[in-house]
Amino acid sequence: MAAKSIISRPVYGTLSPQPGKHHLFIADAEGALAISDMAARAPAGFFEGAEIVFIAGPDGKHVAELEALKPAQFHQAPSFASLLPRLKQTLTNAHMGLRLYLGGTEGLIGQAMQVALEAGIDHTSMQTEHRGSLARRMQCVHCKGITENVTTQPATCAHCGLLLLVRDHYSRRLAAFQGVCINAEDRSEIPPMEEAFP
Amino acid sequence: MSTGTTKLDVVVSDVVPVNELVTRFHFRRRDGDLLPTFSGGAHVVVEMRDGDRTRLNPYSLMGSPLDTREYTISVRRDDVGRGGSLFMHRSVKPGLEMVISYPVNLFSLDLRAKKHLMLAGGIGITPFMAQTAQLAGEGGNFELHYTCRTASLGTYADVLRERYDRRIRLYHDDREERIDLDRLLSTQPLGTHLYVCGPAGMINWVRDRAASLGWPSEAVHFEHFAAPQPGLPFDVTLAVTGKTIRVDEQQSLLEAIEAAGVDPPYLCRGGVCGQCETNVISYDGKFIHNDHWLSEEDHRSGCKIMPCVSRFEGRSLVLER
Repeated sequence: MAAKSIISRPVYGTLSPQPGKHHLFIADAEGALAISDMAARAPAGFFEGAEIVFIAGPDGKHVAELEALKPAQFHQAPSFASLLPRLKQTLTNAHMGLRLYLGGTEGLIGQAMQVALEAGIDHTSMQTEHRGSLARRMQCVHCKGITENVTTQPATCAHCGLLLLVRDHYSRRLAAFQGVCINAEDRSEIPPMEEAFP
Repeated sequence: MSTGTTKLDVVVSDVVPVNELVTRFHFRRRDGDLLPTFSGGAHVVVEMRDGDRTRLNPYSLMGSPLDTREYTISVRRDDVGRGGSLFMHRSVKPGLEMVISYPVNLFSLDLRAKKHLMLAGGIGITPFMAQTAQLAGEGGNFELHYTCRTASLGTYADVLRERYDRRIRLYHDDREERIDLDRLLSTQPLGTHLYVCGPAGMINWVRDRAASLGWPSEAVHFEHFAAPQPGLPFDVTLAVTGKTIRVDEQQSLLEAIEAAGVDPPYLCRGGVCGQCETNVISYDGKFIHNDHWLSEEDHRSGCKIMPCVSRFEGRSLVLER
């Protein structure tokens, strides 16, 4: 789990079953394991009112584990962008009493949280658990472009090509960490690139 | 001067009987200026000089926050209480000069909400008078469910119906009308915030049902002013000043401390805000904790007390201040 550094850096918890009638799970890759671990502590019949939306990793693993929980609805999506219309629709029609559970990478948790915030769910009332890759979603503060799955420090902006220091400064509105030019004074100065967010 | 309780010199500009139990009081500034701005749900503490006794009771501001030429409060007469509401009903007349605190809001609207669902019981309607006025001015989305004993005790029900029509739903106990709470709570759109003000039993019922139906606590707001309960007299020593004072039957511990010339901080005087929390140095006896602020663990530890509503029975009590 990510360590707390500066105040905007999100800290995640462990999914735990909440009282309520409807439970919406959104997970990617190893986030599935957060759901199945929680299922072991959930009361009988919990998943009868649950919907699981899952983005499998490139290895396609964990689908069977989630199906075995027998949720009322199970939906697979190839990417977050592809599940977005469905998620917005679900939240628009939802009532108070729906509980949200987010498991997996920070990119997935942050983006799902962003949509849920807009729908009126307070971020402190969402259940989150970080699993799998530490890869970050990064906004270049110079060109404002978003680069997904950043694993190195520094990282190259996929839009403007600047070499960026990936800061812990996080924006909940953008669901992204801020990347700031690391060699603004002298572009010929290229610090070594390390795998910082495997 | 106490924290957050800066005083305002006011004059009673009008006293209006509302029904057999409730009277409305209007205050204006003595210097003719506008009163400080406030937000829906705010209260003021009214100082009542009753002979050699001073009582300080909190009352919700019920006027529109858009109009600060005057403040209005509504007081329900309590014939078996400690006498504050009786003093207001019997002795406060237009022209009387009084002192009230600046407004404090411990029951504010969460303006991020997509919709505001309000539940009022009896005199618990007063903060919603200001909140609905505030939201109506901003085109806000709200719905108010109001339970009262009988139609004639439905304080301001007619005013609210007139102003907001179908956004107001009334329930009368004598006609066996009850809020279908589970249905109401289960059909609210995502992003709704819930506000409840009324008797303790109603607040507990609503909070309980909301929690078990999956409402996150962040979306549930409530206000309950517990009036200080009378009880056996007791003595208390204040360690910092070395004073030993007597708390009489009808007096709260906080009032006794103030009467002894100490100026402790307070905001709500109803056991909910935490401002007057005091450390206990030593005691021999038992506490009667009436507050909603301290945890059960704090209550058991005997290390803390809320002097605004809590009492003590026993041989000795020493408080820090």
